[in-house]
Amino acid sequence: MAEAATSPAAPVGERRTGRHVVRTLVVAYVAVLVVLPVGVLVWRAFAPGLGAFVDAVTDPLSVHAFWVTAEVALISVALTTVFGTVAAFLIARSGLPGMRLLDALLGLPVSVSPIVVGLALILVYGSTGWFGGALESAGIQVIMSVPGMVLATMFVSMPLVTRAVVPVLVARGTDQEQAAESLGASAAVRFWRITLPGIRTALVTGVVLALARSIGEYGAVLVVSGNVQGQTETATLRVDTLYQTLLQPDAAYAVTFVLVAVAILTIVATSLLRRSQGGTR
Amino acid sequence: MTVATQAPERPAPVSDETGAGRRPRRDRAGTALGRLRPATAAGLGLVTLWLSLVVLIPLAAVVVTGAQGGWSAFVDAVTSPAALSALALSAGLSLAVALVNAVVGTTIAWVLVRDPFPGSRLLDHVIDVPFALPTIVTGVVMIALYGPASPVGVNLVGTRVGLLVALLFVTLPFTVRTVQPVLAALDRDAEQAAASLGASGATVFRRVVLPVIVPAIASGASLAFARALGEYGSLVLISSNIPKQTQVASALVYGKLEDATDPVTSTQQAASLAIVLLAVSVLVLVAVELLQRKGARRHG
Repeated sequence: MAEAATSPAAPVGERRTGRHVVRTLVVAYVAVLVVLPVGVLVWRAFAPGLGAFVDAVTDPLSVHAFWVTAEVALISVALTTVFGTVAAFLIARSGLPGMRLLDALLGLPVSVSPIVVGLALILVYGSTGWFGGALESAGIQVIMSVPGMVLATMFVSMPLVTRAVVPVLVARGTDQEQAAESLGASAAVRFWRITLPGIRTALVTGVVLALARSIGEYGAVLVVSGNVQGQTETATLRVDTLYQTLLQPDAAYAVTFVLVAVAILTIVATSLLRRSQGGTR
Repeated sequence: MTVATQAPERPAPVSDETGAGRRPRRDRAGTALGRLRPATAAGLGLVTLWLSLVVLIPLAAVVVTGAQGGWSAFVDAVTSPAALSALALSAGLSLAVALVNAVVGTTIAWVLVRDPFPGSRLLDHVIDVPFALPTIVTGVVMIALYGPASPVGVNLVGTRVGLLVALLFVTLPFTVRTVQPVLAALDRDAEQAAASLGASGATVFRRVVLPVIVPAIASGASLAFARALGEYGSLVLISSNIPKQTQVASALVYGKLEDATDPVTSTQQAASLAIVLLAVSVLVLVAVELLQRKGARRHG
């Protein structure tokens, strides 16, 4: 089947060997660069035995770190989903001027260094920052606390929901909504019964991507959290502490394995979602 | 950055008038959107507020703080020996990574689109792994293989080669994912015509295929460059952070931020360095936007 699909592009017969060489090189490159190190990590996570793995993952401080990660990720993804979806509607449907700029600004956080993200948030929300003093006298601590970590996480996962939803909104158009309106459906009914089911798969894909990004953020959270063990230490920070400060590489490999498993689950989930969306990337 | 700092005020107040009065013809959905107008205005206000509080005001604070000490303080901060070597190291590594990805990423995309084989779907998914892994996890994964207890006997800790390998891992998907869709959408008629007129495989690729995918290659390589320039988490463990040798730009910024001896000055210096990194990010983003428009125009 593969032969039949590729033969029209191979006008010259002897190119087949060249083709195999290129294919082998590509597979070898990806295998050595990605598969080998991840495989070694999995092996090293379990090399000290299953008992040691379970001990490392269920250590109270590690469990606490997983909970902090869950808390920060859920809050930030909930907010990103709401605001990101609204932004997607504005970009795709409002026809307002400046929406290209909004789209471009949403993309900016992806290419900003996570350390710069952390620095930027400290300069505004830290105790000597622009808003930090006023917030602190109102009893709200942002930096070295959950709100700051949520801000950092939202910053880095900013465009994921919007970028997943916009193409679907554009492709679907508004014909169905108009038809429903002409039949007397209210705005709320149109949204819940027509628009939302249409974008559901794309929205879930965006949420999954944002969740994975939020669980995995390290640099920005490192800067704003203060990384206090048992308090503001997330799972990614726990990995760093175990390896660099506590000098327990085996425990670090074990916690890392949990994060690798989450990442692989994300790939599987988004792949299945894309397939159910009809193979659109 | 001026664009970024002006943005929050601009769209919000205009929204009501522009949405309603001046441009009724742009609303193809006509009455449907007409009735949604208060919702649109509210949405615009919310999104602007969110973007400002999370992204725009903090980035403005970086620019203001970095410029606070005046031009000479800014220049001093970004041209100190440690800063120059960190910026040069990051820029050099990013350039190397962008070039490697331009070639390798394009080849991978080619194989995935034009040479499907049993297992190429799996390969396609493996390409996503570097994006899905948290940066610190990548750092630990690198240490597991190339660390002090390396099972293959290769210890890259504290070396620039180690930094390069980690960055190649992190940036692998960029060029593949920008070139892949363009290649998949490419009409093969022109290639077949060229081949039937006697052009060799290499000539067909160079003269027919390459011109069409160059914008995609360039934007993928630019994104890889931007990512590598600001990278921190995947490098922190393998770099050992040796000043003037393996200390990358973001690690230097973090070091300045943690320096407690003179926090005001060192924070200012950190912000100055951050301005340089931000400026490059914005430039790359603009370049990618222009490249993608060029690519879109080619496709018609």
